[in-house]
Amino acid sequence: MKGFVVHVPDGFFNAAVSVSAGAVAAAGLAVCLRGARRELDDRTAPMAGLVAAFIFAVQMLNFPVAAGTSGHLLGGALAAILVGPYTGVLCMAVVLLVQCVFFADGGLTALGINITIMGIVTVVVGWGVFRLVARLTKSRGGVTAAAFVAALVSVPSAALVFSALFWVGGTAPIEVSAVAIAMGGVHVLIGIGEAVITALTVGAVLAVRPDLVYGARGLTRSLVLRGADGTIAGEPVTVAAEETAPARASVKPFLLVGLGLTLLLAGIVSFFASSSPDGLEAVAENKGFLGQATGHVFGRWALADYGEVGGIPVGIAGIIGVGLVLLIAGGVAYAARSRAKVRV
Amino acid sequence: MNSLEVNRLAYAYPDGTQALFGVDFAIRRGERVALLGPNGAGKTTLVMHLNGILTAGHGSVSVAGTPVRKDTLKEIRQRVGLVFQDPDDQLFMPTVRDDVAFGPANSGVAGEELERAVKGALERVGMLEVIDRPPHHLSFGQRRRVAVATVLAMEPEILVLDEPSSNLDPAARRELAEILRSLDVTVLMVTHDLPYALELCERSLILSDGVIVADGPTRELLADSELLARHRLELPYGFAIPAAAE
Amino acid sequence: MGAGHHHQLYLAGDSVVHRLPPQCKLLAVAAFAIVVVATPRERFWAFGLYAVLLAGVAVAARVPLTYVLRRMAVELPFVLFAFLIPVIGMGERTTVLGVSLSVAGLWAGWNILAKATLGVVASILLAATTEPRVILIGAQRLRLPSLLVQIAMFMLRYMDVIMDEMRRMRVARESRGFEARNFRHIPVIARSAGALFIRSYERGERVHLAMLSRGYSGRMPMMDEISGSVGQWATALALPAVALAVLGLSL
Repeated sequence: MKGFVVHVPDGFFNAAVSVSAGAVAAAGLAVCLRGARRELDDRTAPMAGLVAAFIFAVQMLNFPVAAGTSGHLLGGALAAILVGPYTGVLCMAVVLLVQCVFFADGGLTALGINITIMGIVTVVVGWGVFRLVARLTKSRGGVTAAAFVAALVSVPSAALVFSALFWVGGTAPIEVSAVAIAMGGVHVLIGIGEAVITALTVGAVLAVRPDLVYGARGLTRSLVLRGADGTIAGEPVTVAAEETAPARASVKPFLLVGLGLTLLLAGIVSFFASSSPDGLEAVAENKGFLGQATGHVFGRWALADYGEVGGIPVGIAGIIGVGLVLLIAGGVAYAARSRAKVRV
Repeated sequence: MNSLEVNRLAYAYPDGTQALFGVDFAIRRGERVALLGPNGAGKTTLVMHLNGILTAGHGSVSVAGTPVRKDTLKEIRQRVGLVFQDPDDQLFMPTVRDDVAFGPANSGVAGEELERAVKGALERVGMLEVIDRPPHHLSFGQRRRVAVATVLAMEPEILVLDEPSSNLDPAARRELAEILRSLDVTVLMVTHDLPYALELCERSLILSDGVIVADGPTRELLADSELLARHRLELPYGFAIPAAAE
Repeated sequence: MGAGHHHQLYLAGDSVVHRLPPQCKLLAVAAFAIVVVATPRERFWAFGLYAVLLAGVAVAARVPLTYVLRRMAVELPFVLFAFLIPVIGMGERTTVLGVSLSVAGLWAGWNILAKATLGVVASILLAATTEPRVILIGAQRLRLPSLLVQIAMFMLRYMDVIMDEMRRMRVARESRGFEARNFRHIPVIARSAGALFIRSYERGERVHLAMLSRGYSGRMPMMDEISGSVGQWATALALPAVALAVLGLSL
């Protein structure tokens, strides 16, 4: 199972969830368009366009896992760390948009879902985690470790959101708990791959052009005037720090935006979960077609009997999964921190 | 009247690397001048100052008497036409037409007049037939010529070309030379292609380690093999400077 | 990710469909997809009619059937999933060819298969009959944020350039005897990815400089405008309108 590395097509989610996710995606994009403009000013279009092309290309890069198998990068956390959260979301969204409209990959009605899950969730979670961990360790190694943790957490988070959406408006009669566990489990594994690749890629950029990694821009030195014969002429001149260096985006507004989006999503989710099946399905049901066969597919079945998988209640399974990720993440962050201390 | 004046120009990149250490020169209107220098001499950095993309850390640049400053940028960029080394950087719009129109449209030209400017510029570089093609479908030489057209459409005071002959095959190289000779503008050509400089420019400057180390007739500079060797410049194998009388 | 991503879908031509303004086509395809998704899955005949509609468009656009079929590969992973659902689905079960399958699962599998396929085919027809840059003009006409449209424009312009750079880096690696076989080789690939990012970023900066050099001050001059006549709008919207009528009948 490749999980949602594959884009969700039309018909996988019901209309209500598709439209709601579309609204979330639009709201998220609006926020990010403003944010990116603040950071990049009139450079936004070319820079985000080129970075989007980079993400598109790097998603196609095969990373060998073991003999014969290979993994791909989603790139959400990577984009967030390299170019910042706002631009990162824009790049991911444009990649998905282009894949959908120009390459027919991913359904047009599922675009909102794809952007929400693969664009917004991976970037917002990736960035939030990155900032939290990077704050602990103020060194180059720390940044790499934070990138690892951020990518590691971002992928299963997206899988969880996928499962939540599936719970509300998936069209397949599969135990939500099974979906959550399968998605969560597979994506913890995918997340590890994503984490290794993201961390190494960020590390590679840091080694050559640390100034390009968002939030780690260089400082200016004083200028020296030299004569034609090579002698140093006059006094050194100091210049003010380049105004092009953007202010570091603080983590707070971003966490707030993330929280807001989560709440919005949660609100929509619970609204639809509590309401009866959406209009068309209800009509169909009245006409007796859905009848016994699929009566419990929407909303109600999900709430009704999603009891256990392998004897473990789904809630607990979820908690175990999240706990596991946090544990690994915490371990890496701690290791990076103590390593940074040793270096100093 | 000088088209371009550069005084004591110094600059360091944000990462701390200093590229220019006090550059001085002037170019008269109508001149074709070559700026020669080895890789890493600071040529491209210097070029970036000519239309205010980089702001001088020290010293000044002025174009036709107008100093390059924040408040004059719009005027400066219309007067200095910069042709980048990689035409892919310069041709960023979906079609050749959109690309050539970009400059004039930004300075408010529209409608019939815009169409005339676009076609005129493409005609001057002999590329009118590709007007509706996407840039990435053109050959490298064609792309470079279209890149020149994008700048000509703005009717600049001075044309600045960064390594115009790089990656061109001999025929494309000759065609570009013919086009450049046919243009009636001041030209500053930044290159390490010495025969090309000799072919097109009467006068040359040598930039080395961030300063101008020589300024004179191209023929004389290129005949001074010791000067060239000191600044990592070399004539191609078997190339000799033809006798002065032409 | 399918491997076929970087192949542009556009198929040059001069049919009625090709000539329609992009905004009309975009809206028509989006509306069609919504109607399809909203159709109850029990109405087999409705899906059949939708397929006939798309076939009609394909014929009018002179897009060969084989072309559409080949481009449908992107859908494959979800097709596999659709076939899996009846096996792992819950609820009442039935036996088909000796295999116990979930009834609800069969419905769900069919539902996804039918809707996803119709959606993909509609998208393929749009992309096959509309040049990418023209689609962007259409998107702009439909009031998509212009910054978003510009980002997509730059992405499309430089996608091939960057893919070429990536290919050259791979050739450089392989010509020195490197072949990525297992996870120990990931650092090498990651270094390439890092280098690719630096190149892309620096190119972005150079493109921005090239724009500044030609007087860019934060606003793109409008790309050429294409406006749709009433007749063209009517032609394009006939697709979702007929689909909607089918949907109405099916309820």
